[in-house]
Amino acid sequence: MRSKLVLAVTILATILLQSTLVPQIAIGSIKPNLIVIFCISMGLMRGRKAGLWTGFFTGLFMDFFYGSVFGVYALIYMYVGYLSGYACMVLYDDDIKVPLFLAGAGDLFYNVAVYVLLFLLRGRLGVSTYLFRIIIPEMFYTLLLTFPVYRIYYFINYRLMTMQRKESESVWVLK
Amino acid sequence: MKKYLKKLNFKVRLKSKHLLVIMTLLCLTFIITTFASGVTGVPFQNGAAMMIVPFEKSISKFGKWIENISDRMQEKKDLIAERDSLLAQIDSLTEQNNRLILDQEELARLQQMYKLDNEYYEYPKVAARIISKDPGNWYNTFMINKGSDDGIRIDNNVLAGKGLIGIVTDVGPSWALVRSIIDDSSNVSAMTVSTNDNCMVQGDLELINEGKLSFYQLYDIDNKVAIGERIVTSSISEKFVEGLFVGYVSEIGLDTNNLTKCGTIVTPVDFQHLRDVLVITVNKQDQIGK
Repeated sequence: MRSKLVLAVTILATILLQSTLVPQIAIGSIKPNLIVIFCISMGLMRGRKAGLWTGFFTGLFMDFFYGSVFGVYALIYMYVGYLSGYACMVLYDDDIKVPLFLAGAGDLFYNVAVYVLLFLLRGRLGVSTYLFRIIIPEMFYTLLLTFPVYRIYYFINYRLMTMQRKESESVWVLK
Repeated sequence: MKKYLKKLNFKVRLKSKHLLVIMTLLCLTFIITTFASGVTGVPFQNGAAMMIVPFEKSISKFGKWIENISDRMQEKKDLIAERDSLLAQIDSLTEQNNRLILDQEELARLQQMYKLDNEYYEYPKVAARIISKDPGNWYNTFMINKGSDDGIRIDNNVLAGKGLIGIVTDVGPSWALVRSIIDDSSNVSAMTVSTNDNCMVQGDLELINEGKLSFYQLYDIDNKVAIGERIVTSSISEKFVEGLFVGYVSEIGLDTNNLTKCGTIVTPVDFQHLRDVLVITVNKQDQIGK
């Protein structure tokens, strides 16, 4: 119960930060993506189901406010969280390299998905422009932000949430 | 009694991949419903906004407070010098203003003579502040701190500084969501000032960096439209009131159909540093009704 409450508050806080504070630190109008870091952190530390729910609810909030098509962000973030959950219990979550890799991959996945679902389907074909103008800069900025932000989520997870890891959460671990 | 409660309190245990499939289907249902019926999550949106908007407002206020403090740190000397130059400016402006008042009176007189409708140029406006921006990099929408309580409705046009910047797409009691005209999914029906030729102005993510918009379907068979031409919102637009300034033509070329023209427009507004905006509380549709 307490974990769920903390998770809900963290979701709200992340969304608020992403829509108010993050635009202030944008470099060349490129904003880093805090939400991807959040989803992969929860996926990595708490497993696939937690990643899935985190991604779904943060995405749903994004859809409420800024989405053009209801449900798209929820879908994308849900998969980001879920897929990063495969790393849970397999890779060490106290080593910064793991979330760095996941954040990079997650952000790439998110941006490619947004491009394909919301731009390519409208006939916008300038892949290279989008790639060099948005996708790659955002990925690097997100990676940079992962260093401090992951530690905060790590703290929240291990100090404020109760652990309820199960062996069955991981497909890789021998049963 | 306890037994029954225990029976009722069953828990559904799903494997995570099954959960994923269920939630994916749910999301797809959302997407398809939005597309098929145009239903938006407005009731939910209002509920969620009640939680989030107050925070956003206070964060924005906090930002302004910090700004004020840093402003106060500014050197006194600078301010005095600035004041002197401003005083000189006031003198010259007063003189200029006197002349303009004369011109204005003349204009009013002439307009009365021509029985011109004055109302086009005097739309009622509400000033608002931007409290949050689209969190991603793909879209250009922002939220303002005024809503339906202040008379803002969906499809209200939004101005800043010298020209048009967007349109209200969603509105709640104390907030409204604005899609800017540089957004990739924005289309504005516009016209040239000198020749009154219509065209479509479209936001383009590939041009955002340069502060430009693209336009197409400009019918200009006599090649009268040149670089530097002023583009304003057209009289035939359904959503934008007439005569709002959009920008200057900066490049022009032929469309692929070889009949109409396309090109780019430079906007006079700095979209990256927007803070305060003006919302026109009259819709084009109201005027059509009159």
